Parts: sequence; structure tokens; C-alpha cells
Amino acid sequence: MTAAAENFVDFQNVWLAYNDELLAQNHFAVEDINLQVKQGEFIAIVGPSGCGKSTFMKLTTGLRRPTKGSIHVGGQMVDGPLKISGMAFQAPSLLPWRTTLDNVLLPLEIVEPYRSQFKEKRAEFEARAIDLLRSVGLGGYERQFPWQLSGGMQQRASICRALIHEPKMLLLDEPFGALDAFTREELWCTLRDLWTERRFNVILVTHDLRESVFLADTVYVMSKSPGRFMVRQEIDLPRPRDLEITYTPAFSDIVHDLRSHIGAFRKT
Amino acid sequence: MNPKTLERWSPIILLVLTLLIWEGLCRAFSVSEFIFPSPSRIAQQTVEYSGVIAAHAWRTYWVTMAGFGLAIVVGVLLGFVIGSSRLAYAAVYPLMTAFNALPKAAFVPILVVWFGIGIGPAILTAFLISFFPITVNIATGLATLEPELEDVLRVLGAKRWDVLVKVGLPRSMPYFFGSLKVAITLAFVGTTVSEMTAANEGIGYLLISAGSAMQMGLAFSGLVVVGVMAMAMYELFSYIEKNTTAWAHRGSQNT
Repeated sequence: MTAAAENFVDFQNVWLAYNDELLAQNHFAVEDINLQVKQGEFIAIVGPSGCGKSTFMKLTTGLRRPTKGSIHVGGQMVDGPLKISGMAFQAPSLLPWRTTLDNVLLPLEIVEPYRSQFKEKRAEFEARAIDLLRSVGLGGYERQFPWQLSGGMQQRASICRALIHEPKMLLLDEPFGALDAFTREELWCTLRDLWTERRFNVILVTHDLRESVFLADTVYVMSKSPGRFMVRQEIDLPRPRDLEITYTPAFSDIVHDLRSHIGAFRKT
Repeated sequence: MNPKTLERWSPIILLVLTLLIWEGLCRAFSVSEFIFPSPSRIAQQTVEYSGVIAAHAWRTYWVTMAGFGLAIVVGVLLGFVIGSSRLAYAAVYPLMTAFNALPKAAFVPILVVWFGIGIGPAILTAFLISFFPITVNIATGLATLEPELEDVLRVLGAKRWDVLVKVGLPRSMPYFFGSLKVAITLAFVGTTVSEMTAANEGIGYLLISAGSAMQMGLAFSGLVVVGVMAMAMYELFSYIEKNTTAWAHRGSQNT
């Protein structure tokens, strides 16, 4: 089990059927997933819609338990929410009655040890949240309400909310899917900088191949029903990467190669 | 007069116009005041009997508020239970709908047997007719939570209770205040209907006794008074709603 110890995320032959009925029909949402992610690694999972990407996220965070197989994260067996991860989705889902600052502080009101210190250390936590907001370019917007911000700004705030309790793992489920192309690329850079600075683990679920290749260390391609990992592709483009790299032939070759795998699944 | 001022004064203008036409018709066709009294006659009788009307109105007012208060407590608790548990929702909702379809006036004779003539049936009728919209709105507010938001919190180890308190309840506040506006007007209906058969005081009782004494002007005064009270309470809750849950009305304020 030495291998398991150095892997931050470790999936061993994981199968999931959503309920007993589907299990009886041998119908699994994800099948035979084996995955090892190193500490601080940025992985991206791409695939057609409905291929079980979101199911995979639920398994990793402990919101769902596998039907077969085992999952370890950070050396712990996952059998419930681990509280060491933060999540952000395509919809920013900020609370409209809270200011941007209070939205970002929400996790600290819930997760221990911050929860019990929240009242006495509020000023310190606020300062931390303001720093974080500033680092994603939202300085000065702390007291604004979410509906006063643009879509891209809301998504930045949503990512701050996912990071405020300093999680070891950040899970992003198509976080930039609803944004326009320019805002999306800006946010890629924001995420890249946050990750470079803090080195948490990232699992990014997306259907944008360029996004996955630009950001991730390793890209996994999933197939549709059953959800299986078909291809594992290490992206050895040099870091730090900037947007220019997306126009190089090396970058295009990787994207093209990944695309051909997805195209192949579609035909069968 | 610019369009904005016109819009603000439009209810009053419409009211005055209606009254003028009404008065005009009554005079033009010399309608008997025992059939359909004119606004001036109603006003005259309102002033003449103002002491009596005020006493009955006060009675109707506090009885309604008692029933309404009860409806808020029960409605919120029930809505909370139904909205936060799928099982409770499945079990209670069909029965609630069936109950809501019953005419509440039909309960009055039963309530009279249980509680006698007086405030008992009136308070309970007001309660029965007005708790339903409150329950439904609270339950809807809680039950229509975005699943992503719930996941964001559950990943952090949030308990059901945390999700309810941090997200569910604040989120259902606009629904709650919206329902209060509906419920308060219904509560006045409940009290008045009950007082018509099961009380010796209150606007409902005044309506019946004025009617049987052919005091049509007085009967109309009673109607006006109930209408004014309901409208005043509606505006009050409307004001509270705007000032406590402004975030839900952002569209109109920030454009």
C-alpha cells in the first residue's frame, strides 16, 4: 500500500449504480474507475455530456458512496463528506441576500474549526476573504451584492467561496461553461495563478478540450454510458503557461489528439 | 401631470370616478336607498353611526389578528416540516389540498357547537382560511433549493439543519411575506363570514342586523370598513416585505 500513501486521490476499481434497481439491471453510472492523483496535481476530466463526470465528482467528495471498490483521498477512506474539499459549479449559486464578502465567508460558518471561532475571529476571517477576493480581481466589490456583479465576477466569487477554508482539493464542475470566450480565458488565468500559488489538488470537469489542456497536468477522457476512463494523457507543456501557448502547434496537436478519441467513441 | 404622478394617484382617481358615476346613477334614476344607497347616503350613515361601527370594527380587527397570528405560527411550522422533509411533503400535501378545497364557512356551525357563539368560531375561521397560503409558500421556498448549492454546503459537512438555517429560511422569506399579504385579506373574509352567523358583535354581525333592519347605508358602511382594514394591513405587509427582502425585488430597484 505504499503507492496509496503517496497518491492524494486513489480510486480502486470503483463502480457506482445509483440505486438497487439499476444495480439489478447491471446498469452503472460509472464503471471500473481506477485513478491515482499525486499531491498538488491538476487533473481535468473531459467527455461528452451525460458520461458520468458529475457522478465522479460526487464520489470524490463523498456525497455518494461507491457500490463496489474503494476511494481514498488524502490517505483517508472516503465514506462521507471529507470537509477538505471545496466545490464550484457552472452556476455561481451565490446567495442574493448576502454581500459578496458574506457569500465567501459562508463555508467558514459551517466547517470546523472555523465554525466555532467564527464570532470572535470574524475580523481576521474577513480580512482573509478580502485578500482572496482581491487576488482574483474583485478588490473593492466586497460589499456589493452578487446580482450587482457580472457573470464572470460572480464565478470568481464562487471560486473564492470554494477556497476560503483552504481546502486540500478543489472540485470544479464546468465552472466556466456559461461564460463568454474572453471572460473564460481570463478566468483560466485566474485559476492558474491561484493554483500556482497555493498548490491544492484540482479536479476540473469540463467539455472544453482547450481548457483542459491549458490548465491540467493530466487529462482523462471519459466515455459515455457506461462511464469509463478511456484515455489518460499527460500534458507536458512547460509551466508557467500563458494564453499564447494555446496558439502553438504543440498545444493544437494535443487538443486534436484528444478530440479524435472522443470522436471515436461517438461512432461506436 | 407627468406619467409617474398619474400612476401614483391612479387608484384614487379611479375610486373618485367610480363614486361619482355611482352617485350620478343613483340620482338620475332616483334609486331607493333601501335597494341601493348612494355614496353620499353611505357616508352620511357612516358618520351617524360612527361610534357603533368603530366598536364592531375594532372587534373584527382584533379577532382577525388573533386568527391570523395563529395562522402564521401554525402555517410556518407546518410549512417548515413539509418543506424540509420529502416524506412529510408526500404525506401531507394531498390532504392539505383537499382541506383547502372545503368552504370554510361550512365549518362555522361545527365550531359553534364546540365553542359557542362569540370569538371562538370567528378566530378559528380566520385561522382555517388563512394558514394554507402561508404553509404552501414556506414549503415551496424550502423545497425548491438549488441542488448545487446544497452540494457546496454538504461537502463541507453541513447538516440538514445548517442548510435550512443558512439557505432555506432566508430564501423562503420573500415567499413568506408574499403569502402574508394574501393571508391577511383571507383572514378578514373568515372573520366576517363567521360573525354573520355566530356572533353578537363584529362587522359580520353588523351587516346581518343592518340588513334585516333595511339599513342599507349602514350595511354598506360595514363593507367599506372591512375593505379599508384589509387594504391597510395589506399595505403594511407590503411595506415590511419591501424593506426586509429588498434583494428579491432587485429588478425594479436597480435598473
